[in-house]
Amino acid sequence: MSTIFEHYNYAIIIILMMTGLYVVFASGNMIKKLVGLSVFQTSVFLLYISMGKITGGQPPILTKADMEAGAKAAASHASDISHGAAGVSEHALQSASETIYSNPLPHVLILTAIVVGVATLAIGLALVVRTREAYGTIEEAEIDQLDYQRNQEGEGA
Amino acid sequence: MNPHLILRVVAKFLIPFIALFAFYVQFHGDFGPGGGFQAGVIFAAAIILYALIFGIDAAKRVIPPSWVRIGMTLGVLLYGGTGVATWFLGGEFLNYTMFAPESHHAAGQHWGIFTVELGVLCTVASAMLAIFYAFASRLPDLSDEDW
Amino acid sequence: MGLLSYFPEWVLTHGPALIVVLPLLLAVITALNPSEKLAWLTAWLTALFCGVVALGLLLQVISHGAIDYAMGGWQPPIGIAYHVDALNAPILLLVCVIAILVTLYALPSVVAEVEPKKRAPFYAAFMLAFTGLLGMVVTGDAFNVFVFLEVSSISTYVLVAMGASRDRRALTSAYNYLILGSIGATFFVIGLGFLYMQTGTLNMMDIARVLQEGGVDSRVTQLAFAFIVIGLGLKLAMFPLHMWLPGAYAYAPSFVTAFLAATATKAALYLLLRFVFTIFDPSWSFVTSALMYLVAGLGILGMIAASLQAIFQNDIRRVLAFSSVAQVGYMLLGIGMATTLGLTAGYLHMINHAVMKGALFLAVGAMWYRFGITQVRDMRGLFKTMPWTMSAFTIAGLSLIGVPGTAGFVSKLALVRAAAENGWWWAVGVIVVTSVLAIIYIGRMIEQAFFYDPPLKDGVPLAKNEAPFMMLIPMWILAIAGLWFGIDAEWTTSLARSAANVLSHGPILPTTMGGH
Repeated sequence: MSTIFEHYNYAIIIILMMTGLYVVFASGNMIKKLVGLSVFQTSVFLLYISMGKITGGQPPILTKADMEAGAKAAASHASDISHGAAGVSEHALQSASETIYSNPLPHVLILTAIVVGVATLAIGLALVVRTREAYGTIEEAEIDQLDYQRNQEGEGA
Repeated sequence: MNPHLILRVVAKFLIPFIALFAFYVQFHGDFGPGGGFQAGVIFAAAIILYALIFGIDAAKRVIPPSWVRIGMTLGVLLYGGTGVATWFLGGEFLNYTMFAPESHHAAGQHWGIFTVELGVLCTVASAMLAIFYAFASRLPDLSDEDW
Repeated sequence: MGLLSYFPEWVLTHGPALIVVLPLLLAVITALNPSEKLAWLTAWLTALFCGVVALGLLLQVISHGAIDYAMGGWQPPIGIAYHVDALNAPILLLVCVIAILVTLYALPSVVAEVEPKKRAPFYAAFMLAFTGLLGMVVTGDAFNVFVFLEVSSISTYVLVAMGASRDRRALTSAYNYLILGSIGATFFVIGLGFLYMQTGTLNMMDIARVLQEGGVDSRVTQLAFAFIVIGLGLKLAMFPLHMWLPGAYAYAPSFVTAFLAATATKAALYLLLRFVFTIFDPSWSFVTSALMYLVAGLGILGMIAASLQAIFQNDIRRVLAFSSVAQVGYMLLGIGMATTLGLTAGYLHMINHAVMKGALFLAVGAMWYRFGITQVRDMRGLFKTMPWTMSAFTIAGLSLIGVPGTAGFVSKLALVRAAAENGWWWAVGVIVVTSVLAIIYIGRMIEQAFFYDPPLKDGVPLAKNEAPFMMLIPMWILAIAGLWFGIDAEWTTSLARSAANVLSHGPILPTTMGGH
């Protein structure tokens, strides 16, 4: 039981993920399905963000003090990791490694995923609008019914 | 009397500050949390708030849909153009160091990210507005009196 | 290697980035472009240019080995790296060549299928889809794959929905594709998240290195594997995750269908190969059993079930769509064997299937263009009314069945050999049975076209009305390519073999990393 509370973030993520998937599959309303899809995607955003959190981690921003310490460190020892383009800030990163920072990379990744989610949602809603104009309904059962009727008429003709 | 009077007065106070805050987030992105994505959305929110209170037509007079389309393209071109420029300067795609190869303070990186973020601001703000315009411009089912 | 010397230096050094950046930038410019002719020309020239770059990259890879490109000068594993090797260079060329041909075809077909105002943006969406496909194939960064996957998927939803002016069911098909495609992409990104948790890196080679050094038995790795395989399975229409495919293929504009059928599932299949074989290791027990029971097992199931379903469809494009699901099953069977022969066969079938399915869908589009034909029973007498189109259809159809002398035969034979070498005799049986099923569903259409007279219209039989040249040329190029690869299979087989070599060497370990 205590493991669940220690990892409560995963519990929340799993609950959201399953809720979202359930809504997508169980509801016949096109808008509700998109809502479910958004909930599902949000759970992934949380997964990534909780991944980047490090206990006691500071915001990963270099302050002036870090930069100065970095410049000193650069003079004293050369770096052996990859030779990135920004020389000074790289040394600063090394010398600042005594401070614990949260990992910013998952946040950046998930920013991209959020944008993708917004784009998907916009396209999905646009399709729903067009479907409503074409069929007069956004209930999938009714749309299937209409398609079936038209097919039958087509067979008869 | 206009039923939306309070909303209108408050919105008129708020919108300039929202837009200003967008630019603060944009340019502060160099030194702290912030950047083009957030700034673009905040800026678009200012316009969308204006459209919600004063009507979509008024908003379209402020920022016409054609500007929005151009803005989207311009942003991507600004971003991609930065990369193409670094090609012509002899580096890899988006290797900003090429803008100031001699600098010891990574000035090239600074300028590169600055332009790229400007492109992001442009595209994100325009794309948010484009999505809003596309949906809001459709004929409403509800008239103003019904709600 | 004389051909390689014609390529300027910058095409080869910057090629991996160029092939993605150029269509992306031109796509956004096209979005503003009011003239549909100009938009078409931009799209075609872009595809042509990318094709030239892809050819250069392929020749470079064949003669000098893999190419790495560090985006922004940031060396991997910190920066995003683009990686071209024998595995993805042929796919790049395939996507470009198909794009060149279908864009040629699009000029008359789009005029008939898309409203005038939407045509220029339509080409912009097409170029975005093209960018996304190239990007997800060329990139060596795991998260970058997701971004390009979504770029291509989102623009594909739009492209499919554009078929609404022809049939309103395109809207609901696009919607279903969007829901399932997004779930697939989200599963994929969950998998990447777990992979990142385990390894702390996103560069494919670096992930492979960290996984090799330890963490094989970790449940996080296994979870990542499961999510990635399911996510990609949705994208590549692995049975039974193919539910989005028939609708999307049946109601999209013809040239979109041909493009998707020939490239989209192939690019996703490439990603499956890349992840399963070069990031994970096929010798790990959970990967081995997944390949054997999940990939090969579902492949076999898909071959049988989708072929059967194809027989009972009335819409021509739905028949071909279900047949695509079945053909993906063949490729998955080859991949599931995880032997060099099996991988070669699967990869070869991927190339051959792209060629023949492209030709088939283009021919079907031409039939709709002239006579509005969508149903199998309407194909009566097509040999008399559209002899050239129907001949191309027949050649590609025979190739799909696997008649000797066609591309389909070569890859099916390779698959049978691989199965026999593995001792999977039941798989050989299934291949034979599904080929018989293919005879039924393709034969049904050819029978209608060949043995019946054209339907009467106002008392007289329909007159001969051949498709325009712009449609016949790409269709015939693909049909002849299908024959060519059947008679002289040396080139395609050698490409497939070198790709399989990359795969059977297991994880790509960063020997040249750092770029000093």
